[in-house]
Amino acid sequence: MEILLEAKNLSKEYVKTTGFFSRTSSSIKALDNLSINIKKGITLAVVGESGSGKSTLAKSLIRLVEIDKGSITFKKRNMRTISGGELKAIRKNIQMIFQDPYASLNPRMKIINIMEEPLKIHDIGNSETQYSKILSMIKRVGLGEGDLLKYPHQFSGGQRQRIGIARALILEPELVICDEPVSALDVSVQAQIIQLLKSLQKEFGLTYLFITHDLRIVRHIADEVIVMKDGKLIEQGKTDIIFRSPKTKYTKELLASIPGNLLKRK
Amino acid sequence: MKNSILEINNLKVFPNNNSRLKLVKNISLCLKKGKTTCIVGESGSGKSLTALSVMQLLSSQLSMSGSIIFEGLNLVNLTKEEVRKKRGKDIAMIFQEPMTSLNPVLTIGYQIKEAISVHENLLKAELNKRVEELLDIVGIPIDRINSYPDELSGGQRQRVMIAMAISCSPKLLIADEPTTALDVTVQAQILNLLSGLKLKFEMTMLFITHDFGVVEDIADDVAVMYQGEIVEQGTVLNVLKKPKHPYTKALLDCVPDPHGKKDLNPIDYSALKRAMG
Repeated sequence: MEILLEAKNLSKEYVKTTGFFSRTSSSIKALDNLSINIKKGITLAVVGESGSGKSTLAKSLIRLVEIDKGSITFKKRNMRTISGGELKAIRKNIQMIFQDPYASLNPRMKIINIMEEPLKIHDIGNSETQYSKILSMIKRVGLGEGDLLKYPHQFSGGQRQRIGIARALILEPELVICDEPVSALDVSVQAQIIQLLKSLQKEFGLTYLFITHDLRIVRHIADEVIVMKDGKLIEQGKTDIIFRSPKTKYTKELLASIPGNLLKRK
Repeated sequence: MKNSILEINNLKVFPNNNSRLKLVKNISLCLKKGKTTCIVGESGSGKSLTALSVMQLLSSQLSMSGSIIFEGLNLVNLTKEEVRKKRGKDIAMIFQEPMTSLNPVLTIGYQIKEAISVHENLLKAELNKRVEELLDIVGIPIDRINSYPDELSGGQRQRVMIAMAISCSPKLLIADEPTTALDVTVQAQILNLLSGLKLKFEMTMLFITHDFGVVEDIADDVAVMYQGEIVEQGTVLNVLKKPKHPYTKALLDCVPDPHGKKDLNPIDYSALKRAMG
């Protein structure tokens, strides 16, 4: 299977200075010599507790966070050395969907402007073709033409997440990084968004890097899983196998904390 | 009922300026002493409004009718001062977002002391001892007593909220989605802590959540709310294993199954409407 993105030996340390005149400092290893491969067309889930470095990993892959050491190759191009136009072109191919649909849409922009911004930045089409693109995408995620002239506050959390998805997909990316896209939603809306993400993946041949702390969702969406703790990779493998026979103590612990298990254990 | 601690009868909640719009439509619910009752439902189903009605903490733009009988006393008929004496002492509440419920400029030790001092007149030394005991019970190292909320993790903040809530040994603890903002491992710890405290202090718990997984872990009884109504209630086994109402079935179908045996089915609201008649 073709490898879309390869990250090798990623390290990132955050240094925190405290004390009088910032003389004492402590550091946290958000990424500790971590390597991953993302195969084309699959969903790779990254699981771990808060503070395990999942989001740092996601951000470092699109260079929103600069790593200290390591290499990132996307479609055989070295992500760490490129800059300017070339980086912009690659970023078009890697899009992100964020956790909090309340915080990730500009409250002062109409949906049409939110959707059209990425097309303008990447200079795709003219205003007519842009509009038809936006229209078909907003319909695809389950909203209507009338919604384009509304502002984010007029939508529910689930609808906003649909807008976030439409904005990410309008550039026809190959890799979509989903950073806890359903954690802020309640179960019924969560199920809708997961189904939408799955059907979009089929339709557009997308590859997902899916970050979550909820293993129940992993079971439904991911082909492969990596488990992270303290910036390190603890375990990786096919979803079925990780769930059926977890090797490490930590993965077993994570599986045991899935809600709805206590009763079965009693 | 003889062994009940709280009875909600015909509770309705509506905006002051539109009494025909019922946000909570005539619900009745009975909490058994020493048991955990879960209210489950989507956002907007009225579960938090129900909890706030019990605490008499509804927004001033909302009104309620019906009766809320706590240990034989109708809370609705009490004066503000009388309610204040019950609230925090006999009935305590923990909220979803521990960061917004704690005051960021006061130490956690101070805030726990404040919660106790409102209801009890203790000497300084006694008060300090009590705070240390509480921190110990909820599993926070005593040396964090002078920490500010932002120096604690989300799970620790929720532990502080729990310490404040149990500080006056309440008979009823209302928990409004206390673990929704936490990740799974921390969630499991907090649920364990709450179950343990419930037994230790013989508390009754009203637990609000949208997650049936959590319900399965913690509840004795369950009430399912949909559009301001309780559509089904019963023991946890009956509701989860033999759901009767179409909405309960639909809501159970959207809970992701960790064993991967069943598909995720988002609620089909038009089919649900037909099924409900």
